[in-house]
Amino acid sequence: MSETPSGAPERIVVVGASLAGLSAAQALRTEGFAGSLTLVGDERHAPYDRPPLSKQVLRGLFSPDTTLPRHPDLNAEFRLGTPANRLDLDARTVSLGDGTTLPYDRLLIATGTRARPWPKSDEATLDGVFTLRTRDDAEKLSARLKAGPRRVVLVGGGFIGFEVASTCRDLDIPVTVLVRDGQPLEAALGPRLGGLVGEIAIERGVDLRLGAEIEQMDSEGGRLTGVTLKDGERIEADIVVAAIGTVRNVEWLEGSGLAADEGGVLCDGYCRVLRTNGDIVPDVFAAGDVARWPNPHQDEALVAVEHWGNACAQAKAAARNMLAGPAAGLTRHDHLPDFWSQQFGLTIKLVGLADGADSLSIVHGSLEARRFVALYGKDGRTVAAASIDSARWLPAYAAAIRERAPFPPITDAVDQPRLRIEEP
Amino acid sequence: MSCTTLFEQVLDPDNRANPYGLFAELRRQPVCRQEDGTYVVSTHAEIARLVSDPRISSEDLPDPQKFRWTGHPITDLFVRPIRAEIRRRHQPFIFRDPPDHDRLRGLVMRAFSPERVRRMREETEELTNELIEKFAGKARIDLVDDFSYPLPVTVICKLLGVPPEDEPQFQGWATQLATALEPNQRGDEETQAKNEQCFTEISEFLRDLIAKKRKEPQDDILTDLANGDDDTERMNDFDLIATAVLLLVAGHETTVNLITNSVLTLLRFPEHWQRLRDDPAIAPRLIEEMLRYEPPVQYRTRLAIADIPIAGVTIPKDAPVVLLLASGNRDPDRFPDPDRFDPDRPDNRHLGFGGGLHYCVGAPLARIEAEVALVALAKRLQNPRLVEDPPPYRPGASLRGPRHLCLAFDGIAGA
Repeated sequence: MSETPSGAPERIVVVGASLAGLSAAQALRTEGFAGSLTLVGDERHAPYDRPPLSKQVLRGLFSPDTTLPRHPDLNAEFRLGTPANRLDLDARTVSLGDGTTLPYDRLLIATGTRARPWPKSDEATLDGVFTLRTRDDAEKLSARLKAGPRRVVLVGGGFIGFEVASTCRDLDIPVTVLVRDGQPLEAALGPRLGGLVGEIAIERGVDLRLGAEIEQMDSEGGRLTGVTLKDGERIEADIVVAAIGTVRNVEWLEGSGLAADEGGVLCDGYCRVLRTNGDIVPDVFAAGDVARWPNPHQDEALVAVEHWGNACAQAKAAARNMLAGPAAGLTRHDHLPDFWSQQFGLTIKLVGLADGADSLSIVHGSLEARRFVALYGKDGRTVAAASIDSARWLPAYAAAIRERAPFPPITDAVDQPRLRIEEP
Repeated sequence: MSCTTLFEQVLDPDNRANPYGLFAELRRQPVCRQEDGTYVVSTHAEIARLVSDPRISSEDLPDPQKFRWTGHPITDLFVRPIRAEIRRRHQPFIFRDPPDHDRLRGLVMRAFSPERVRRMREETEELTNELIEKFAGKARIDLVDDFSYPLPVTVICKLLGVPPEDEPQFQGWATQLATALEPNQRGDEETQAKNEQCFTEISEFLRDLIAKKRKEPQDDILTDLANGDDDTERMNDFDLIATAVLLLVAGHETTVNLITNSVLTLLRFPEHWQRLRDDPAIAPRLIEEMLRYEPPVQYRTRLAIADIPIAGVTIPKDAPVVLLLASGNRDPDRFPDPDRFDPDRPDNRHLGFGGGLHYCVGAPLARIEAEVALVALAKRLQNPRLVEDPPPYRPGASLRGPRHLCLAFDGIAGA
């Protein structure tokens, strides 16, 4: 099979109507695509923004309606509240939950992820047990927080969990955070900085338990009353938020022949998806949280980057490549991963991926002042930079990471302490 | 021609009306050493890179004035050295690096809140219309003296909380102290002496005003900065005065230029003036393009505190650096057809407000002031014409703008 799709597309279908899907749709129009454009979304809401959900929305500062701005001339058909449930690569069709079938000339898979449900289903359905991913989740949880719960127990040491814990403290709600392995935020920031954020959370009144796990949830008449930990301790609580990661929405691709599993939909650096045998499917693309792709900034390791910025950038690259004729050439998706989080009055930003780093150096400010830029090194190269409340230097380090500069790349700078190389 | 004397020509008042040809020559070598050892950076990518480079310092002010005897021993031996030391340690945050810069800027950002800035829109509209009313019965006005100058000073005085009766005095101080932001003037001895005198006067005035704001707090920026709040430490009085002066000067001179340059440009391309008359909603796009096309701040200076390899050269440690923002805005590698004034540009990430750490604090206010002013002028001025093109310019090469902009018109329409 040719690796270049034949002819200019007339019908484009985007499965997934969230940030990546909408960004791709807008980019397709900007790039001059004038044909029919359909966005399929399983949620009933028009595309909305998720980052405020765990912060301003939960706190009651913003309305849960975080609908993303849309260009008035987008001219796309939205099939909302309708999941896609089957892909036929040969017939070039997507079947939807309402029984209809959409033919396509180009398809974008942007189905993202969903919150990982609490593994015990009888506990997951208790009144008072929540996950947080969607607008509806945020609306429900926000209403319960407003009612003034005695205590919230958060399970998980990731960013969502910590943002929710921070919001609870802002609302003066007692909160316990259970982290099973290592330090909070360790996966993204490493134990050193993760531990620092943990300390700050404790100062802000969070009851932080490391190495803690729920043995069982206690309930009365279907309503949560508390949790019992593995060590036998009982914590009274009316709300548990399980922030234990995500599950990629790939089930609908089963049997399609695509290389899609719990790790994501495999694609190449140009966002073209691959078959299980490794062949490129020239007219099907993937972007956003669900896509797994070779990252040039990590020695072409296959990664799925569940960040806001990646969703936008990858959607744009995919859109451009969907329209690229044989002569035009394809655009490599070489976005440098970056994300931010706001919690406990701090703004945390990261560029690059600190995963696998072997060294850490504070290059501006200090940990004590809680205002710093930290660099991560791996095999003598700079691979990531994290900042707390000092993001404005980050572009310089992002450039260094792109260039695979030696670690640390800048050794004489404004507001720089004596450089020490430490464990991350 | 070698590029090593091009920046000298940029500074030459004879080239003030149109320095853009010189910029194009400078861009042939994106980072170009001048004969005096200054490195001029003229391309968009390189400027964008250096504004976020931690080897670039903003603490680049020239050494304090050389000591001159006044004949008064107490002044010479105590008052002046102490004042000089205080000023040196408490420069406004535009001339400071982290961590001090971040702390001071953070406090200012809290006081300069989006709500507070938004609330200024209505008052700016009233002021604008009052100024335009005064054009009635005239056949000609000087836009600078009659409009662009008084408008921003009144707005910034209101925001800061300076009583209206003190505004004229503030305007005089602002004009003098703006030279301290002007690299090609601030090294001059006479200017320095005048600035020192002026700074002493405004400091005394502000000290009293701050005391009043502490006794009788009001809804203004000085009150907030003078009193702090529960979450933040309070700024000390020396930093507070330096900050207030900076907000006054930077919030004023630049906006004067933005409004005047805009009217000048729109009357040079009257189809856009007409478009603004017909559809005021395009004003924001028009202003963004203005900030690219004729930025009120043409360049900023910095100091390299380490060797910086960039664009094939190495800026050596201790070298002065000029970031030629106005040239980056005309860089054809970033903006297609850069010398065309085109408000419909899709991706207009200009350097009109600088970038990185020191990105303009007053940008939202400047946008509102310019929008209100331009929309009202376009609506009310009947058939305006430039009397003199190019107009005479003020001496500054960085805060660049016309000294006068004489307009003829056929009358004014109702608000």
